[in-house]
Amino acid sequence: MTLPQDVQIRLLQEMMRIRCAEETLADLYPQGEMRTPTHFSIGQEAVAVGVGTALNRDDVVYSGHRCHAHYLAKGGDLVGMVAELYGKETGCAGGRGGSVHLNDPAAGVIASSAILGQTMAVATGSALSFKMDGVGRIAACFFGDGAIEEGIFHETLNFAAVKKLPVLFVCENNGYSTHTPLDVRQPAGTKIYERVRSYTVPSQLVDGNDVFAVYQAAVQAATWARSGEGPFFLECTTYRWREHVGPLWDYDRGYRTKDEVDQWIARCPIKRAAQTLLDAGLCSEAELEAWKGEFAAEVDRAIAIAKAAPFPAVENLMLGTY
Amino acid sequence: MRILKYHQAISEALVQCMEADPDIFIAGIGVDDFKGVFGTTLEAYQRFGSKRVFDIPNCENAFTGVAIGAAVMGKRPVVVHPRNDFMFLCMDQIFNLAAKWRYMFGNKSGVPVVFRGIVGRGWGQGATHSQSLQAVFSHFPGLHVATPASAADAKGLLVSALRGSTPVVLLENRAVYELEEDVPEEPFEIPFGKGKIVRPGKDITIVGASLMAYEAERAANVLAAQGIDAEVIDPRSIRPLDEAIILESIKKTGHLVVADTNWARYGFSAEVAAVAAEKGWNDLKAPIRRVTPPDCPAPVSRPLEEAFHPSPATIAQACLEVLKKRGDPRHDVEDVQASFAGPY
Repeated sequence: MTLPQDVQIRLLQEMMRIRCAEETLADLYPQGEMRTPTHFSIGQEAVAVGVGTALNRDDVVYSGHRCHAHYLAKGGDLVGMVAELYGKETGCAGGRGGSVHLNDPAAGVIASSAILGQTMAVATGSALSFKMDGVGRIAACFFGDGAIEEGIFHETLNFAAVKKLPVLFVCENNGYSTHTPLDVRQPAGTKIYERVRSYTVPSQLVDGNDVFAVYQAAVQAATWARSGEGPFFLECTTYRWREHVGPLWDYDRGYRTKDEVDQWIARCPIKRAAQTLLDAGLCSEAELEAWKGEFAAEVDRAIAIAKAAPFPAVENLMLGTY
Repeated sequence: MRILKYHQAISEALVQCMEADPDIFIAGIGVDDFKGVFGTTLEAYQRFGSKRVFDIPNCENAFTGVAIGAAVMGKRPVVVHPRNDFMFLCMDQIFNLAAKWRYMFGNKSGVPVVFRGIVGRGWGQGATHSQSLQAVFSHFPGLHVATPASAADAKGLLVSALRGSTPVVLLENRAVYELEEDVPEEPFEIPFGKGKIVRPGKDITIVGASLMAYEAERAANVLAAQGIDAEVIDPRSIRPLDEAIILESIKKTGHLVVADTNWARYGFSAEVAAVAAEKGWNDLKAPIRRVTPPDCPAPVSRPLEEAFHPSPATIAQACLEVLKKRGDPRHDVEDVQASFAGPY
């Protein structure tokens, strides 16, 4: 299936925009002004963009600790995200949540969480609400391969399946939980997408570095969920380039090799999508450069706004308590 | 006004609020079965059916998250736990998410989920079915926690919970479920953080919530027969805590005993004692005393169980000691749940 040209271009552009935002923030992080544990998604953009683009504006998404790409791909406000990282009053969580608690309800980004697997259940609750009201909206939840080892994974899949709820589970399998590889955490031969079928939840394994494949799978999964068939599970294989938390490269720290990282960088989702579009004549090198410039300007502007914004007033420390 | 039992008052509050607000639903293990959680959800199920009163798989933690996710979309879930001990399984969702949501996500919206947990007592329910978790839930900012003692208070606090924007934990002691009193027919609100004087007095203040409000009242009657006029304060909600009503009473009596169904260490009784020591020190004429279960899990065997729980006698004895008076704590006064004959 060939995707419409405008969709292909949008998918590439959105990945480029997110990459630009995160690489710029990673460059600035050592300045020490973003005092919040920050988990960059660099290398994993295709999953966020493929799924985020397949959803409707009034669908909702939930995420985990590595949430920047999910937030931006669903339409979360960039200025609010950057200000949140800088701990400013104008941040999307008012400087109370930080990098792992991004949210923008107006864009359908409801919550991100630093507790593994926590938002799987919450997304399922929003799906329950949609089903009770018969509104045809769906909820999606992003999480990693580590989260499926939590008890809440089992509880949530069982509940979503028995209640046939319109929820899309998106597992970004990047092979590591912090620094621990899959093979010491899950029995040999485990296939996550097969495991979920034992809950009667249909699933699909997708190349998570192929944004067009993710998008197509997400469109089908969303259609399934929206039509009342129940939940759907996507396992997307991908790879985190930078360190688990923080802006640096960490292939010299012993838990993975530079060779492994380089192999995945060679499969860069953005480079692949750009090549596809160039080969098809849907864009030119000059256009790619122009887009890069636009995104860089947008990101620089967001950073300037965030830096200039005030910190929350200390007298408002208790705001939001009761 | 008419007389209602405690469980009838809860049922009435649920039904009236569900009539007024179509977003309210009740979920939990067995809420739609023939027992209806000790009768509290029977009428709601009959009236509103399985769309709004439904059973769930055994998934306390995930379902707490489900309730939060539904509440964020505008629903008002009531999650029922036949024993509050089961809520240990959902501490992550309650503390790390429900309680923190409003603050942590930038003060945009709250998650008005009502968690009902029933505290077991008597008939040997033992170590994991007769704990009383008000101190645990009240430690964390972001929740309202109430332990209504009477039928009217249960109705009023539940109505407040179902109209508010805050996650609420309501702990209902099984031992008071059959007690009855006048309850207003219309839905009415009792605000969180507002205690009441159960029995006015001038010699000593006894603070006791939930079941302990009754036991304190019985202790006060024992003391009255010996010329001691005790004031009994029921704070009704544990968080926020009505500090003013406690401090006012101490100002009058100069003596304080706190009775609690929860352990003394780091417990509700410790909090009340701390409030009195920090803010009412100059009014205290004697050291504060706490009457609580001893520092061991709840036992099963009848004599051990009776020794474990605070009673009118142990409360009266503590009052006599604080007042440095000799008297009879009257061990023959039966405690409130004496008629409870199980099985659950």
